[in-house]
Amino acid sequence: MKMMKKTLLAASVAAIASSAAMANVSDGKVKIGVLADMGGVYADICGQGCVTATQMAVEDFGGEVLGMPIEVVSADDQLKPDVGSAIVRKWVENEQVDAVGGLVSSAVVGAATKVLTDAKKIALISTAASNAFTTKACSPYNVHWTYNVAALANGTVKPMVEAGKKKWFFITADYAFGHALEGVASKVINDNGGEVVGVARAPLSTTDFSSYILQAQSSGADVVALANAGNDTVNALKAAAEFGLTDMMDVAGLLVFTPNAQAMDANVAGGMRTTTGFYWDYDDKTREWSERFMARHGSIPAMGHAGAYSMTMHYLKAIEAAGTDDSDAVIKKMKEMKPDDFFSRNATLRADGRMVHDMYYVEIKKPDERRDSNDIMRVVSVIPGDQAYAPMLPECNFK
Amino acid sequence: MKINKFYVVMLLLALVAPFFLYPVFLAKLLCFALFACAFNLMLGYVGLLSFGHAAFLGTGGYITGWLMMNSGITPELAILLGTVVSGALGALYGKLSVKREGIYFAMVTLALSQLVFFIYLQAPFTGGEDGMQGVPRGHLLGLIDLSDNMNMYYFVLAIFLFGFWLIHRTIHSPFGQVLKAIRENEPRATSLGYNVNDYKWVAFTISAALAGLAGSTKTLVFQLASLTDVHWHMSGEVVLMTLVGGVGTIFGPVVGAGVIVTMQNYLSGGELGNYIHIIMGFIFVVCVLAFRSGIVGEFQKVWKRNFG
Amino acid sequence: MVTFLGINLFGLFGQLLVGLINGSFYALLSLGLAIIFGLLKIINFAQGAMYMLGAFAAWLALQYMGINYWAALIIVPLAVGLVGVLMERFLIRPIANEDHLYSLLLTFGFALMLQGIFTHMYGSSGLSYSIPEALRGGTKLPFMYLPDYRAWIICASVVVCGLTWWMIEKTKLGAYLRAGTENPQLMQAFGINVPLIVTLTFGFGVGLAGLAGVMAAPIYSVSPDMGSNLLIVVFAIVVIGGMGSIGGAILTGLGMGVIEGLTKYFYPEASNTVIFLVMVIVLLLKPAGLFGKEA
Repeated sequence: MKMMKKTLLAASVAAIASSAAMANVSDGKVKIGVLADMGGVYADICGQGCVTATQMAVEDFGGEVLGMPIEVVSADDQLKPDVGSAIVRKWVENEQVDAVGGLVSSAVVGAATKVLTDAKKIALISTAASNAFTTKACSPYNVHWTYNVAALANGTVKPMVEAGKKKWFFITADYAFGHALEGVASKVINDNGGEVVGVARAPLSTTDFSSYILQAQSSGADVVALANAGNDTVNALKAAAEFGLTDMMDVAGLLVFTPNAQAMDANVAGGMRTTTGFYWDYDDKTREWSERFMARHGSIPAMGHAGAYSMTMHYLKAIEAAGTDDSDAVIKKMKEMKPDDFFSRNATLRADGRMVHDMYYVEIKKPDERRDSNDIMRVVSVIPGDQAYAPMLPECNFK
Repeated sequence: MKINKFYVVMLLLALVAPFFLYPVFLAKLLCFALFACAFNLMLGYVGLLSFGHAAFLGTGGYITGWLMMNSGITPELAILLGTVVSGALGALYGKLSVKREGIYFAMVTLALSQLVFFIYLQAPFTGGEDGMQGVPRGHLLGLIDLSDNMNMYYFVLAIFLFGFWLIHRTIHSPFGQVLKAIRENEPRATSLGYNVNDYKWVAFTISAALAGLAGSTKTLVFQLASLTDVHWHMSGEVVLMTLVGGVGTIFGPVVGAGVIVTMQNYLSGGELGNYIHIIMGFIFVVCVLAFRSGIVGEFQKVWKRNFG
Repeated sequence: MVTFLGINLFGLFGQLLVGLINGSFYALLSLGLAIIFGLLKIINFAQGAMYMLGAFAAWLALQYMGINYWAALIIVPLAVGLVGVLMERFLIRPIANEDHLYSLLLTFGFALMLQGIFTHMYGSSGLSYSIPEALRGGTKLPFMYLPDYRAWIICASVVVCGLTWWMIEKTKLGAYLRAGTENPQLMQAFGINVPLIVTLTFGFGVGLAGLAGVMAAPIYSVSPDMGSNLLIVVFAIVVIGGMGSIGGAILTGLGMGVIEGLTKYFYPEASNTVIFLVMVIVLLLKPAGLFGKEA
C-alpha cells in the first residue's frame, strides 16, 4: 500500500514536472516533418533514406525531449515546388509541425523555406545544393547542413588547379543549379591562376553527351569539369570514357553522390575525383553509424542521409538546452552550440545558418581497388571547413 | 429545375467549405477544376484531345507571376493579362493544329507544348528549374489583402465560378451547338456551310485562355510558378482528371479534379508516396477499359435508368 | 585544324557523325511507332517505356542469367515483343472498336505504371551495363575518334530499318499485313486470321523499341525515365515524317539526328527545341508531314 502511494506520488510529481515543460513545448509534442523525393530522380539521394535517418536521430535521442514525445511525419514533394510548398504550408498551418527536414531539390527548397520563414519555423536543409539559402535567399530560420555548390567547387577545383591543371572545360547542366556550380567553380579557377577555355551547356536530362565530349576534346583543356548531377553525370562520364576523353584529360565531377557513384561502371568512373560532405567508410565513427543505417535502409548512406541525422540530433539537443521548442530560442541555441558528431567535424553553425565543417576530397576507386560493391571511394584529403565554404555575407548575419 | 437546385447546393457547400477544410487546398482544387473544365471544352464538346494544355496553364502562371513581381500592378490585372497571353498562344497553336484530327491533333499539341517547355526551361525570366518563387499575392483592387488565405479562397472561388459560367454559356450558345454538330458529324456540319476549322479554332482559343486563367490563379495561390505546370505530365494529368470525372459532362471535370487532387494530396503525405505513378497509371488503365463515362457519366446513366 | 569559311570542319564532321548515331536511335523508335500507327491506327504511348524495358531486360538478363549482350540482342526484343502481344491482346483489343484516343490514353497509363514499378524496384539512380568486349575499341578518324560501339549502332540500325521497310513494302507478307488492316472483312473472308496479324504487328513494333533499348543500355544510364523524354522527340519525328509512313519515319529519324547535331555545333542553346521547330515549319507547309499522304 505504501509502495503504491509512493509510486503515485512519484507519478504525480513527474506529471507536474512534465506539464511545466509542456508549457514551453507547443501542443505537447515536438513534430518534425521530412519533405523528400520518394519516387523521383533524387529518391536514392534523399528519399525514404532521409526519413529513416531522421527517425534514427529521434530514437537515439530517446524518443522524447523535455518530457514530450517527438514525432516524425514525412511527405513526397514529387520534385514539384508547388506540391512541396503546399505540404509545408499544411504542416505548419494545420498540423503543428515545428521544423522541416529532408529538403532535397533546390527548387522545392526555395519554395518551402519561404513558407517556413513566413511561419517562423525552422528549415533543416540536408541535401539541396544551392548556396542561395544562406546568401541571396538567406533567412534567420534556414539551417543548411551538408554541403553547397561553393564547397563543392572549392573542394574539387582548387587542389587540381594548384596541381598544375590550369585549363578547364565545363560541361554544364543548362539550368540554375548547373550555372551556379559553373559560376563558383570558374571563379575558383580564375582566382588560382587557371583559365576556363570553353563551356558546353547541355540541357537537363540529356542522354547523349557525345557531341559535348567532342567539343571538350577539341578544346585542349587539361580538365573537363562536369557541372551537373545524377543521371546527367553518369551519362556524361560514360560518353567520356567511350570517346577516349578520359585517356586525354582529367574528368572532375563537381557533384557526385555515393548512390550515383555506385551506379557508375567502375571501369569508367574509377580515378575520378570529387568532393563530398561525408563518406561512410572514413573512420570508425562514420562506419558505426553507417552500418546501423545500412541495416535499416539496405544501402550505404549518401551525404544527405548522414546530414539529416546529424542536423536532427543538433536540433533536438538545442531544444533541450533552450528548454522550449520556440523557433527563435532554438535557433539561437543551435548557433551557440557546436555541432560535433561522426558527421560534423571541426564544425560551427554560423549566424547565417551555414554549417561549416570538414569536407572530403575523394577519389572513386578503380575496380581492382574495391573490396565489395560498397567500397567505392578513397578519401584523398580533408578540406577544412573555412577553406571550403565562402565567408558569411554581412546582410545574412542573423545574430 | 432539379439542376438549378443542385447548383445552389454546390455553391453553398463551396461557400462554407473553407471553415472546415484547409482553404489553400480548396483553392488548389478549384484551380485544377477550372483547368479540367477548360480542357473538357475541347475534348468533350469538340471531340479533340489536346495533349498540350499544360503549355497554357504554365504560360498564364509565368506571365502573372512575372507581372506581380516586376510591375506592381494589382492581382486581378495580372491574372487578366496572363489569361490574355495564354489565349493568344492558344490562338497561334490552334491555327497550327486544328486542321488535324484525332490522334494527329493530340500529337501536334503535345509537340507544340514541348517546344514551350524547353523555351521556359532556358528563358531567364522564368527562373528555369527553380521556378519563379515568392510571387506576392498583392491586394485585390488595391484593397483586399490576398495574403489572407480566406480572402484568397473566395477570390479563387469567384474566378472559378466565372470560368465555369463562361464554359456553360459557351456550350449552350448557338456557337456551342455548332461545336456539338461538328463533334457528332463533321462532314455534315461542313456541308451545312459552317467553316468547321474556324469554329474549332475559336473553341481552342477559349479553352487555352481559360486554362491560362487557371494557371494564373494557381500562381497567386501558391506564390510560385514552376516548370511542373508546363511539363507534359501535367497535360496527362488533366486528361486523367477529365476522364475520371466524365468526358463531355459539364460537372465531370470538377469531380475528376477533386478526386485526383485529393488523392495526390493524400498519397504524397503517406507511406504510399512511392506508388503515386503506379496508382495514377492504374487508374488510367481501369478508366479506359471499364469506366469510360467517368464518375458523373456513370451516375447519369444510373439516374436515367432508375428515375429518368 | 581544317577550316572553311571560318568553320572548323573537323568539329562539324564530328557533330554530324554523332548526330547520325542519335538519328539511328530515333529511326528505330519512330519506325516502331510508325508501324503500329500506320497499320493499326494506334498511338503507342508506351513505346518509350518499352525502350526502357528493353534496356532493363538486358541488364537483368546479364545480372541474373548470365545472358550476354549478343544473346540479349535476340532474346530481349522477343521478350519485349511478347509483352506487346499480351498488351494488345488483353488491354487494347477490348477497346479496339472505341475511339482511337482511348488506346492512346490506355498506353499512356500503362507507361506510367511501368515506369513507376521500375522506379520502385530499382531506384532512380540508374544501373550500368558495360560495352561488350568485342566492341570496346575505336577507330581514329581524321576528325574524331569513333568508338566501335557507335559504328555498330549505325550499321545495326540501318540494317534493321531497311529490312523492316523491305518486308512491309515489298514482300507478300507485308502486302497481307497492309491489306488486312485496310480491309479486314475481305481478308477475313480469304481465310486470313486478321486479329492475329494485328497482334503480331503490335508485338513487332514494340519489339523494335526493345531492341533499341538493348542497344542503348551500354552507352546510356539504364534508368526508369530514360524512355519518357525521348518519346516526345520521337513523336515529333513521326509527325514530321508523316504519320504512318514507314520509310518517312526512318529517313526523318536519321535526318533529325543530323539536324540536331548541326544545331549543337552552331547554336547549342536550341538543340532540344530544333526538332519541334522543324515540326512547326513542316506543319505549316505540309500538314500531312514530309512523306505523308494528305488525309
